[in-house]
Amino acid sequence: MDLLNTIIQGVLLGGYYALIACGLSFMLGVMGVINLAHGSLAILSAYLIFTLADRFELNPFLGLVVVVPVMALVGAALQRGVLERSARGGLLVPVLSTYGVSIVVDNLMFEAFGADTRSLAPFLDDLAYDSWSLTDEISVGKLAAYTLGVAILTLGGLQLFLSRTAMGRAIRATALDPDTAGLIGINPRRVNAVAAALAGATVAIAGAFLAMRATFSPYAGSMQLIFAFEATVIGGAGSLWGTLAGGIVLGVAQSLGATLNPQGFFIAGHAAFLAVLFGRLIDGNSRAKLSLLWRRSPAA
Amino acid sequence: MTMQSQARVTRWTRESKFALGACVLLLAALAFAPLFAPANAIDKLTTLFIYVILAVSWNALVGYGGLVSIGQQAFFGLGAYATIRLSDAGLNVYASLFVGAGLVAVFAAPLSYLMLRLKAAEFAIGMWVVAELAHLLVNLDTLVQGETGTSLIALNAYATEWRRALTYSFALVAMTLVLAAVFALLRSPTGAAIQAIRDNEEAAAAVGVRVASAKRLVFVIAAAGAALAGALWVATAVTFQPKTYFSPQWTAYMIFMALVGGLGSFEGAVLGALVFFAIEAAFGAFGVWYLVGLGAIALVFALSFPRGLWGFVTERTSLHLLPTGYFLDMKARDADR
Repeated sequence: MDLLNTIIQGVLLGGYYALIACGLSFMLGVMGVINLAHGSLAILSAYLIFTLADRFELNPFLGLVVVVPVMALVGAALQRGVLERSARGGLLVPVLSTYGVSIVVDNLMFEAFGADTRSLAPFLDDLAYDSWSLTDEISVGKLAAYTLGVAILTLGGLQLFLSRTAMGRAIRATALDPDTAGLIGINPRRVNAVAAALAGATVAIAGAFLAMRATFSPYAGSMQLIFAFEATVIGGAGSLWGTLAGGIVLGVAQSLGATLNPQGFFIAGHAAFLAVLFGRLIDGNSRAKLSLLWRRSPAA
Repeated sequence: MTMQSQARVTRWTRESKFALGACVLLLAALAFAPLFAPANAIDKLTTLFIYVILAVSWNALVGYGGLVSIGQQAFFGLGAYATIRLSDAGLNVYASLFVGAGLVAVFAAPLSYLMLRLKAAEFAIGMWVVAELAHLLVNLDTLVQGETGTSLIALNAYATEWRRALTYSFALVAMTLVLAAVFALLRSPTGAAIQAIRDNEEAAAAVGVRVASAKRLVFVIAAAGAALAGALWVATAVTFQPKTYFSPQWTAYMIFMALVGGLGSFEGAVLGALVFFAIEAAFGAFGVWYLVGLGAIALVFALSFPRGLWGFVTERTSLHLLPTGYFLDMKARDADR
């Protein structure tokens, strides 16, 4: 029963990881870039919603409605100002430039908001601790369940957007071949800015749920980037439903690890990531060997 | 005569021969610094040497291997940790620095097979995950006592003055070794292969360069350099707190030095270390704003001046002090006529 409970809590935690990974996976899938300031922007959204709640007594969910368009603009501005310019310099420059952005954002947040750890939990009334009891021993936190639900809705919404709308098709066309997309009347710059704005909007949602279910501080962004990245890679880079699966694998691994050792939570998460990489390495090698055997066998 | 005699391919120019001579003289002069320089200057120079090691090894990774890593602090921290462990096991503390860095390089070799499967940004953050994991695992060691950390107590066997001079000398030797090793590597046939990969990986593979093994070599050398820097850092700082050593801040410094000096140029990395050293001395006291400034400068260089300060010099003067490529000497052709 303990094991089942651990796994259920891990799946719910995975919902948050899927949510934070959503924008990263989307950008990687459609634009082939990873924004290393991704985690820092999630923390920035958390601070914006916190400030609205703290100063203006705005409910965090209403605050999120305000912050989503703001972060969408930030995403588009980042695309125009940094990513677009860096992409011209090759594959490596976006890594360096977005890392520079993350250092600037983290330290500016420290300067603006101080070192104190914050949380949105005090503004949520009962939701912060309410839960449903499934059995005597297993209960499911309402907030954690909502987070998983929002993650599924966000990922599903993005998937539908990409497959069913004209703009979604334009984004996929630009991802495949920006020059040819330009020939058929798509403006690649505009399309990429829209994609980055969407990613920014999902970052705002992820930041809000991070701040509701846990605490955050100015330098917490790098860890969120790492979690988002691990979920994305475990799930298979660029696949949105894979990202949900990746987030859940990460959450379950961490929850299981935490039962072994206080530091086991993080160790198991990172180890799961490396194990998946290692598995792909072995898989790739054995496939190569098999194909060699297969080719040689007719001659033998 | 044949066409070949008309132009001559050379590696050395008059300036570069002069520059190499000046470098050797400077290193020799630096070796005698502990005899007359004040203690404060010796400590500062030791720090500078460590920065040069970091800049040159990270620059080799990104500038020549085409690999951006945000996780070199893994090797920096492990180098320091290996030093602590070896010294605790009874090995001489200064021998531990070099043996420790060597062990980290041995560990990096199998790791390279795994991590080099990742491309571009995936490799960058994948290495960061490795650094986080290394940090957590080192914390589990009872000798380290989690984030409390420990000290390189074996250093207490040496009197303060003597210790300062010894650490300085070993840092100088280490820097010279790293500079010479990277310079020799880049001028070797493997180095030509590595630079071809940097310029165009597919084209290099097409002309028969073994891309994977060349990249692994650069990965291991960069790991060894970062480990050596970490080992030297613990010899100067004495205390070992895992959080400080496994901090991504080290990689941020490396990125800054390589970007500002000039990605992919040997002289640029050294110049970047000097610039960073000067900026830290001048503005380090500003704390958070200093870090904002570092990030912003790195961003501006990445976007607008990817060839760095040394790029300005070479574009305007075609000056190559320590050339790793070849020149076509057209004057030789004219003289032959």
